[in-house]
Amino acid sequence: MKLKYFLLGALILFLFILPIFSGKYILYMTIHILLLSVFALGFNLLLGYTGLLSFGQAGFFAIGAYACAKILLVTPSLLLGTIVGVISGGVAALLLGYLCVRHTRIYFSMLTLSFGMMIYSLAWKWREVTGGDDGLVGIPRAPFKIPGILSINMNPMENYYYYVLVISLLSIYVLYRIVHSPFGLTLKGIRDSENRVAYAGISVRNYRLLSFTIAGLYAGLAGSFLPPLENTVTPPIAHWTHSAEPVMVTLLGGIHTFSGPMVGSIIFYIIKDIIVRYTQFWLVWFGAIIVFLVLLFRGGVVIFLTERIWPLFKR
Amino acid sequence: MGNMLEKLLFQTLIGLSFSMYLWLLAAGLTLVFGVLGVLNFAHGSLFMLGAYATFTFYGKIGLNFWLSIFLSLLCVGGIGLILECLFFRRIYHIDLPYQLILTFGFILIFDDLVKIVWGGVAMIPPMPRFFEGSLNILGRPFPYYNIFIIFAGIFVALLLWFVLEKTWWGRTIRASASDREMASAIGINIPILFTNVFVFAAMLAALGGALGTPVRVVAPGIGTSMIIQAFVITVIGGLGNLKGAFVGALIVGILTSYGILLFPIFELFIIFVVMAFVLLVKPEGLFGK
Repeated sequence: MKLKYFLLGALILFLFILPIFSGKYILYMTIHILLLSVFALGFNLLLGYTGLLSFGQAGFFAIGAYACAKILLVTPSLLLGTIVGVISGGVAALLLGYLCVRHTRIYFSMLTLSFGMMIYSLAWKWREVTGGDDGLVGIPRAPFKIPGILSINMNPMENYYYYVLVISLLSIYVLYRIVHSPFGLTLKGIRDSENRVAYAGISVRNYRLLSFTIAGLYAGLAGSFLPPLENTVTPPIAHWTHSAEPVMVTLLGGIHTFSGPMVGSIIFYIIKDIIVRYTQFWLVWFGAIIVFLVLLFRGGVVIFLTERIWPLFKR
Repeated sequence: MGNMLEKLLFQTLIGLSFSMYLWLLAAGLTLVFGVLGVLNFAHGSLFMLGAYATFTFYGKIGLNFWLSIFLSLLCVGGIGLILECLFFRRIYHIDLPYQLILTFGFILIFDDLVKIVWGGVAMIPPMPRFFEGSLNILGRPFPYYNIFIIFAGIFVALLLWFVLEKTWWGRTIRASASDREMASAIGINIPILFTNVFVFAAMLAALGGALGTPVRVVAPGIGTSMIIQAFVITVIGGLGNLKGAFVGALIVGILTSYGILLFPIFELFIIFVVMAFVLLVKPEGLFGK
């Protein structure tokens, strides 16, 4: 148990001193890993803890990204952009979630898929607002400022890296507290036995809706990290194939552990980085890895390490 | 006003021919879901492979059009056989997320394989000579090929109906779709039946792709855009329901072609609204029990 905290502290320390000895590319990749981690962790609150498979999370991701981009194009304030992105993702999830949580299992997945694709088709076709298939371009990486107190230039990659790192760690901590609270336990109860929870007098639907909304907030947050990084947002981030990304990394890391989605995100980018050195067609290999994983070890990497590999050292 | 009506009627015909590609894809998708219980994201990739195979046999090698289609069906059927025996067979009993993501893994594999083999550019092979030209309908040219597609789609629908309702093989399929254990108990070899159904569905998808080759673009990624419309169709018609899939394909195809004419901004949006609406109001689909 002590070792676990030691490792965690070491990892966080490592992340904070990373800019000292690494170049822009590593920081850029790490931002993407943090972004995907936040996205997938929110998604896993739905899948791993509530037992609902959403195939439309990219829609909320995109709403966060477009909302943040719109704000940054009007007002140069990074924090405001992030806040509006998060809230937009959450509000959209609350409204659509009200309809989605009427179903479970495959019907829930299909319903979220259809809402996600509605958002995609708006991003793609509603040219006046979203810029159509060109997307929104020229989004500034605005300074982080709190009026009258401070203003930090975000143009250097290190600064933006620290911004994303601090907010990600905070949000991951909050989610950790959420899943270990009575609320989180109730979600697990719903996942394992919906009827028993209902007999305890708990509104299953409201809990699912809240879980869906939180997942939307996290998707919105992950989305709002993107425009300042890339200076552009385009419709493919809302497409259903992008919704599959958190599903893949979560299953890769393992759905029944809190750290699974994060570990999965790290592995995802490491695999990608290694394969693209040899071939541009990295997806064929990644697809093969996914197939291999599903067929041979479904528990995910985290369970594999903690239950198979770790005991070997303990003896 | 009369002009508008003519335009709509004509657009209905255009939509009808587009519906048939969707129908061939959705038929296999819903059949596999109904019998095997797996929602196969990679079904669209089989459609894409059918298109590429036909493009190669007919457009590149220059074989006879019909022979090319026949060979494509064999190739994709073979791929379906490998897929089912080596991979899908192992996932029937596992949880939904794992099933879906495995089939998604195959989308990634096939999309990139196609790029490796054929390159990333879109291609359109020439139209077979005997299909050139068009019929004059309401003062507008309606290609002979589209008429052929409409009849081909209807023919496949009738054939499927006949196979499922009137033949012994069809009966065993229906039996195992409604009660797998009971069907097994009365001596139906379920694993072999599942393989057959999967290969049959793969060939239907390939037929859709193959028939589309002369008029639609052959490009990587047509699988992912087609499969999502096939999902809409199977949901509208009811998951696992063939009659529903046919009607669903007509609805989506015709709605899309109206959309292009009347509300281009919301053309794609509207079909997902229909999908969500059906899921909320009648989740078992228009033709569900």
